[in-house]
Amino acid sequence: MAVNDLKKRPRLAVFKFASCDGCQLSLLDCEDELLTVAGLVDIAMFPEASSRMEAGPYDIALVEGSITTPHDAQRIQDVRKQATTIVTIGACATAGGIQSLRNWASHEDYLRCVYAKPEYISSLATSTAIADHVRVDYELRGCPVNRHQLLSALTDLVHGRKPRLPAHSVCLDCKRRGTVCVEVAQGIPCLGPVTHAGCGAICPAFDRGCYGCFGPAAQCNCNSLVTTLQSAGTTNDQLLPLLRNFNGAAPEFQAAVQFMNEQS
Amino acid sequence: MSHHTSIQPADVSVAGLLRTDDLQQLIDALIAAGYDVIGPKIDQCAIVYDQITSVNQLPRGWTDLQEPGRYRLQQSDDSKYFGFAVGPHSWKKYLFPPQSIVSTATRTENGWQFSTDAPPAPRLAFLGVRACELAAIEIQDRVFLHGPWVDPIYKSRRDAVLIVAVNCTSAASTCFCSSTNTGPRCRSGFDLALTEIAGGFVIETGSESGRAIAARLPLESVTEHHHAEASSARAQAEAMMTRKLRTDDLHDLLLGNLKHPHWDDVATRCLSCTNCTMVCPTCFCSTVTDVSDLTNDHVQRERKWDSCFNIDFSYMNGSPVRNSIASRYRQWLTHKLASWQDQFGTLGCVGCGRCITWCPPGIDLTEEVVKLRDAVHANSEDPS
Repeated sequence: MAVNDLKKRPRLAVFKFASCDGCQLSLLDCEDELLTVAGLVDIAMFPEASSRMEAGPYDIALVEGSITTPHDAQRIQDVRKQATTIVTIGACATAGGIQSLRNWASHEDYLRCVYAKPEYISSLATSTAIADHVRVDYELRGCPVNRHQLLSALTDLVHGRKPRLPAHSVCLDCKRRGTVCVEVAQGIPCLGPVTHAGCGAICPAFDRGCYGCFGPAAQCNCNSLVTTLQSAGTTNDQLLPLLRNFNGAAPEFQAAVQFMNEQS
Repeated sequence: MSHHTSIQPADVSVAGLLRTDDLQQLIDALIAAGYDVIGPKIDQCAIVYDQITSVNQLPRGWTDLQEPGRYRLQQSDDSKYFGFAVGPHSWKKYLFPPQSIVSTATRTENGWQFSTDAPPAPRLAFLGVRACELAAIEIQDRVFLHGPWVDPIYKSRRDAVLIVAVNCTSAASTCFCSSTNTGPRCRSGFDLALTEIAGGFVIETGSESGRAIAARLPLESVTEHHHAEASSARAQAEAMMTRKLRTDDLHDLLLGNLKHPHWDDVATRCLSCTNCTMVCPTCFCSTVTDVSDLTNDHVQRERKWDSCFNIDFSYMNGSPVRNSIASRYRQWLTHKLASWQDQFGTLGCVGCGRCITWCPPGIDLTEEVVKLRDAVHANSEDPS
């Protein structure tokens, strides 16, 4: 539309930290919408997509990945200075990702175990979320993010609206799509009641329990869910990998693991 | 046809006996009358409501074991077509769909063009509506049709529905419709009603449309023996119902104890996950959002089921009004059982027990009311 042409297109940058690139790929995965997106924003920095890399400042920065090295801890400060709005994308950026498993282990042991010359490696003992380091404006959850949610958030930002990011549980979305509760009807351990919406409630629709890849929902009651699942026969050996995967470092899930251990 | 005024029991009369082997003829007659038939069938390890065309899709010989936080299908020792209670779905998914488009807007050379055109409502025949569900439909009719604002989506769908009720002949452990005076006998609000007995179904009609369908069926006359059998089958449902809810004091008990510590006790167990409100056949809350495409040239106003357990639901002026699980549970229970009476003149609960079964931690509203009542009375008797 002419209205949009008159405005200066917002400058978009995509930055990667410790991550698998899957969330950035979700943007490239929007094949049908990609040209429209490219018309809405000026893609100034997106190394995964283009070798054209322009200096900041940027209007919108999509940040993928967690902070795991001293260098990245500094680099995210620079990103913050260059960007008006920071949107973190994915579980690594919002909660530390699967690599935060190191937070409960010996960093030194891992280095010795994995690298022939650990002295060449400069990494931090923890993997932490972007919001632990700089102010974050919006967080898109998920491993990976939901591309529809990513597109809708981008659209909202471009048109000057606050992105709509519902914080309710996965259960609400299961019910909206007619999925029968897998926990109640089949006894399948499911984190849906404490997990943040946004995925579209995919796993329970395929007779699988939610494994919390969108992280904790707002004001989730993890203790009650742990008690519920334990009394339905779920063992701590089954619960631990559910609570401690892509969002294991999210404070609510950490507290849930502590509570779970206290119960047994 | 319109069902907006509840059909008086005086209109209800026994039409005849349909042999078990002739049940398919009922489905065929409904289809021939232009309806898509929605009935119970087994899917996702539960008895859900979905489109059916054949009696072979009905969960014949299956029943449901229900308890707080647990639902399991089990083969029963008889071959009844309707030997189970209500499941995770309710008919509201057809009358008040989980997602619908309220209106659309398109930017053109001449400005915005708005439209509220809705697709025509499907003509649906609900097969197997239980007494508690008839009561729930009547409650939603009151909410969507009988207030100052008539909901056009609900109205068009409601007008296109034909209801074939089924009298319960058994009850789940979570059922308590005798307490809410909404069952188990289907007394009004249906076009046809069935009572399943050995060898067939005693068929009652409750409307002109029901009588027209019944006229197409190979009905036999109902003998004294059939009547007695139907009546004892219905009595069995009543006898199996063990759960109770005392209703006479609910309004003042709940609204008079808004600061009672028991709400915090429930909040330690409540997941605030929304499951109870989603499975409730009377809960009617929704959220309406304007959704644009990338170009901002096409916008649709979408309505989705929402819940008072969703923290965003009470968000206003920068923060949520009900910012704790205790306040959200209290909102739900006090509305359902107390302020609903002020608002609509009845309880908002029909005793179907879905919120008990489908709550993962198994929070039972009938028990929570007892605990609150006991705590309040114990406190008032305490001389200190």
